[in-house]
Amino acid sequence: MGCKEGECRFTSGNLRARKRVEQAQQILDKIGIGGERVQMFNLSSAEAPRFVEIAIEMTEKIKQLGPNPIKLARQKKAA
Amino acid sequence: MIIADRKPIEEVIDQVKDFQKILIVGCNECVTVCEAGGKKEVGVLASAMRMYFMNQGKDITIDERTLERQCDNEYLEEIRNIIDEYDAVLSLACGVGVQFMAEKYMSKPVFPGVNTCFLGVTEERGVWTERCQACGQCILGLTGGICPVSRCAKRLFNGPCGGSTKGKCEISKDLDCAWQLIIDRLKELDRMDDYEKIMPIKDWSTERAGGPRKVVREDVR
Repeated sequence: MGCKEGECRFTSGNLRARKRVEQAQQILDKIGIGGERVQMFNLSSAEAPRFVEIAIEMTEKIKQLGPNPIKLARQKKAA
Repeated sequence: MIIADRKPIEEVIDQVKDFQKILIVGCNECVTVCEAGGKKEVGVLASAMRMYFMNQGKDITIDERTLERQCDNEYLEEIRNIIDEYDAVLSLACGVGVQFMAEKYMSKPVFPGVNTCFLGVTEERGVWTERCQACGQCILGLTGGICPVSRCAKRLFNGPCGGSTKGKCEISKDLDCAWQLIIDRLKELDRMDDYEKIMPIKDWSTERAGGPRKVVREDVR
């Protein structure tokens, strides 16, 4: 979660964070974990209801995507 | 410094996927500055590769180490006592370091993790541009500190060609004409006399085209 673009008190911290999240997404896609498991949202600290919305949205998304494939691979190997 | 760029992760993985124990070795000098092969990049690559192999159900050990440089014997010696534990080394140093590592540890397969690109500068974070082609006969004193060998598309030595338009090179509107830059700089320095000097035909034998090169300093041997 980062501040709304244009409202970062450190000017560009949230913009840099977005670029780094995009990098992480690309890496996760390339190694087969899936970049959609990481996502960045921009909101202000005063937007509590939006925070709740996002938390619910991400939880639902992750539940749909299922467990981390590495976890599954490890369980399969242990079995 | 030497500018390098990270190889795509899929290419790196493809090189080393058949080994069981891999040591990723970074370099604390140029590739750290151009954010391609330093300690941080070694960490990110090692982590991504571990996750990839775990996902494949493969049990591969990936360890990390970053040396001060990989182009000096003294620093490469630092891994002598551990290198036999590994089947392969993935070096994130520039081509120089990868080769020296391979020469020093001849029985160990060494793979490159970056593509070495050119000698250049950091114009701003995330942007690196070429400045020197190591021609072996520096004439920067006569050209206001701007190199026509690396920055002129035609490597001209006596002024711009007819393709120079509004300060840009004919091969791309994004590329400054090196000779325009040189003339502007010499004017600022009040050294336009240098521009009038005709430079003779360059001796290219000291450039790479003359074969692999060597510098020997008898006084320090």
